[in-house]
Amino acid sequence: MPTYAIRVNGERHQVEAPAEMPLLWVLRDLIGLTGTKYGCGRSQCGACTVQLDGSPVRSCGLRISRVGDRSITTIEGVSVGGLNAVQRAWVAAEVPQCGYCQPGQVMAATALLTENPNPTDADIDEAMSGNICRCGTYQRIRQAIHTAAEEG
Amino acid sequence: MTNVQKLDRREFVKLGAAAGGGLLLGVSFPGSARADALGILTPDGAEVFHPNAFIRLDTDGSLTIWCGKADMGQGVRTSLPMIVADEMDADWSRVTSVQADAHPSKYGRQMTVGSSSVRGGGWMGLRQAGAAAREMLVAAGAAALAVPRSELRTESGSVIHERSGRSLGYGELASAAAELPVPESPRLKSPDQFTLIGTPVPQVDSTPKVTGEATFGIDVRVPGMLFATVAKPMILGGSLERMDEAAARAVPGVRHVVRISSGVAVVADNTWAAFEGANALECQWTGDFTMSSLDITRHNERLLESAGAIAREEGNAGAALAAAAETVEATYEVPYLAHATMEPMNCTAHVQADRCELWAPTQNPQGAQSTAARLTGLPIESVTAHVTYLGCGWGRRSRPDFVEDAVETAMAVGGPVQVVWSREEDMRNDQYRPASMIRFRGAVAGGRLGAFSARVAGPPLGVTDGGGRGGGGVDRNAVDGVVSMTYTIPNLLVDYSRSNVQVPTGYWRSVGPSGNTFMVESFIDELALAAGVDPLEFRLQMLGDHPRMKHVLEVVADMADWGGSVPAGRGRGIGIVEDKGGIVAQIAEVSVDEGEVRVHRVWCAADCGQIIHPGIVDAQLTGSIVTGLTMALYGEITIENGRVVQSNFHDYQMLRMRGMPRVAVHVVDSREDPGGVGEPAVPAIAPAVTNAVFALTGERIRKLPIRLSQEAASGR
Ligand code: FES
Ligand code: FES
Repeated sequence: MPTYAIRVNGERHQVEAPAEMPLLWVLRDLIGLTGTKYGCGRSQCGACTVQLDGSPVRSCGLRISRVGDRSITTIEGVSVGGLNAVQRAWVAAEVPQCGYCQPGQVMAATALLTENPNPTDADIDEAMSGNICRCGTYQRIRQAIHTAAEEG
Repeated sequence: MTNVQKLDRREFVKLGAAAGGGLLLGVSFPGSARADALGILTPDGAEVFHPNAFIRLDTDGSLTIWCGKADMGQGVRTSLPMIVADEMDADWSRVTSVQADAHPSKYGRQMTVGSSSVRGGGWMGLRQAGAAAREMLVAAGAAALAVPRSELRTESGSVIHERSGRSLGYGELASAAAELPVPESPRLKSPDQFTLIGTPVPQVDSTPKVTGEATFGIDVRVPGMLFATVAKPMILGGSLERMDEAAARAVPGVRHVVRISSGVAVVADNTWAAFEGANALECQWTGDFTMSSLDITRHNERLLESAGAIAREEGNAGAALAAAAETVEATYEVPYLAHATMEPMNCTAHVQADRCELWAPTQNPQGAQSTAARLTGLPIESVTAHVTYLGCGWGRRSRPDFVEDAVETAMAVGGPVQVVWSREEDMRNDQYRPASMIRFRGAVAGGRLGAFSARVAGPPLGVTDGGGRGGGGVDRNAVDGVVSMTYTIPNLLVDYSRSNVQVPTGYWRSVGPSGNTFMVESFIDELALAAGVDPLEFRLQMLGDHPRMKHVLEVVADMADWGGSVPAGRGRGIGIVEDKGGIVAQIAEVSVDEGEVRVHRVWCAADCGQIIHPGIVDAQLTGSIVTGLTMALYGEITIENGRVVQSNFHDYQMLRMRGMPRVAVHVVDSREDPGGVGEPAVPAIAPAVTNAVFALTGERIRKLPIRLSQEAASGR
């Protein structure tokens, strides 16, 4: 089985995995970072969203062999020392219900604000519609993104 | 089997002293075997009584409150301890909320369904627990300060003697309080004395849910555990005829392929290898169920032709309809729905010779525990069932089938195993919200509804009352939302014809009303039109006996300025329901955009009685609207030749951010006992939307999900 050296949250990991193994399962089952969630396995729900060099990707649709030396950020590494602005806004608005989709939502929203510090509602629709929330927290997500944008 | 005894004072003192200086308190709730008695628990958890709340006050003042219900987003780890802490006058910042493991009796009924975590017995039991602890602390304080109890008050974790300016923290009094008798009927606060109940205290689990630290069932990691999935029959109710496992075993990482009751478990070093292994399995399934969705519709249609068992009857609807100059008739239909919880079914089990440990995202902790005991043959006390966070519940997690998978697989491989269903397995092995139909007839005269009949055809779901005309009796869930209609109608008949289609069915958020309210509230709009009366007025006329419902309807009409101007190209509709102790009315504003219904705004007014946490209530109501809209716009499981067609979110769609309307929620102030919050806002949003579609396009939607005709889609 091939071995891959990947960079996750600033740390190097050597993993032995078949080339087709999705990054999602490498993170969850080989490295033990379970914050990234499985929801559909076919790039439909966004629960598995991580960032690759800062851009949001569906880790269930990305084979380990394609990761290369790009740096991976997961929910566990998205903030250093406390919560980031998005997470703070999320807590203040009490966005989570069951919480299962929220790591993916936070990763998508953090990437959005990095790219576009002042998103409109239409920008939010565009950036966040790949992330399903079965509990229906969308309204608070929208509000929290605006709050995080204001606080910069 | 368990050692239950009512504690007299001496036993209590002894056990209290054994608690290591702290105060341990449990309480039963009304309706349980020991209606109003209180007891305590020994520190090692050995049970001496059947309480439904478990409080521990340590000598440093820290307070631990166990939450017996499961959290699936409804915030019970915050709201239930709030109730205890409020009656106790505790310092909320010193409260730690702990998820309770399953226990046959310690926490009362742990099944978390029917919007029942707060309402019903739970609320009173938790209040009594808090109030009893408070009285014991006051008594201990009176002794310590040598003053009469009447001169003491409590606030934020202290007993205070105003006159002398002295006060003692609860922690300092814990040991002394533990020596005192538990009051039989402690005095409860009046609602105006609440300090926590009704306030938006920060929820205890918001932070772990945004950092990825919250542990869901699928996140459990046990040393040495393997990962598994289960290939299940493609045919509903089917079984395995033959399999060739060679290709599955050849997948790198696959360790075992074992037959279990529900199918074939593929056990591997990681979840992905297990999924790949299951895909590589060559299985031949057999089963005798060959129906398709169209056959099921035909079957239900035939049932509508003859009278069913009478579920509710007032006046003489048959005669009144026969005598009416004109009647309105319509047949409505709703499809099967999958739960599609965000976290697929999963469970982790470790079975050893003398014990079994489970980690389950379950709404039914006691069911998980007893299921494991049954399968392993172990006594119930040898089964530990931990309750994790649940990635949605929706009723799906009240069944223990996924627990069975994990226990059987763990027994087969002899080590800890986590079984995770793939999304596809989850969607195809659900217990579906039933497909059903209603045929309505109504007669209006002079602007009023004089006669109404509804014949419900659909599968039974749980509680069936025996007897009744038409045979088979009335299934309460199948007719819920029709029978529970609150309109005053002089002649009314509801009957029920049982459909025996072999599709597994189960409880789905709001259960009966999820479909029935869509059908009822749409037909009521048809009747309003026939009567020539505004749909709001028409409903208000018939709610004279239900002031709370009438009020909610008036509030929502005010919020939306019903009757005022509606933006061009938009239409509005209204719906109302009383469900599981909550009353919810909604108005939806829609347009038709590129042939699709788009919902722009929703106004929602609710009366849920006394609320515990306003932020949670708002979230539950808004989230329920998303559930209802998803159902109205997309929700449909179809069956083809005995198999479920849909498999994942590409063909079983969910409302997404871009489809989210602006939602305004108003919860009316109420001192009535708490009602349900998690479900009542689901049922009435679909009819509000379809009634709005009618107002805009003139097209009456009688079947969900909404599919517009070409005329309506193109704006006529
Ligand atoms: S699990 Fe990757 S998008 Fe759903
Ligand atoms: S919070 Fe439950 S799925 Fe989003």
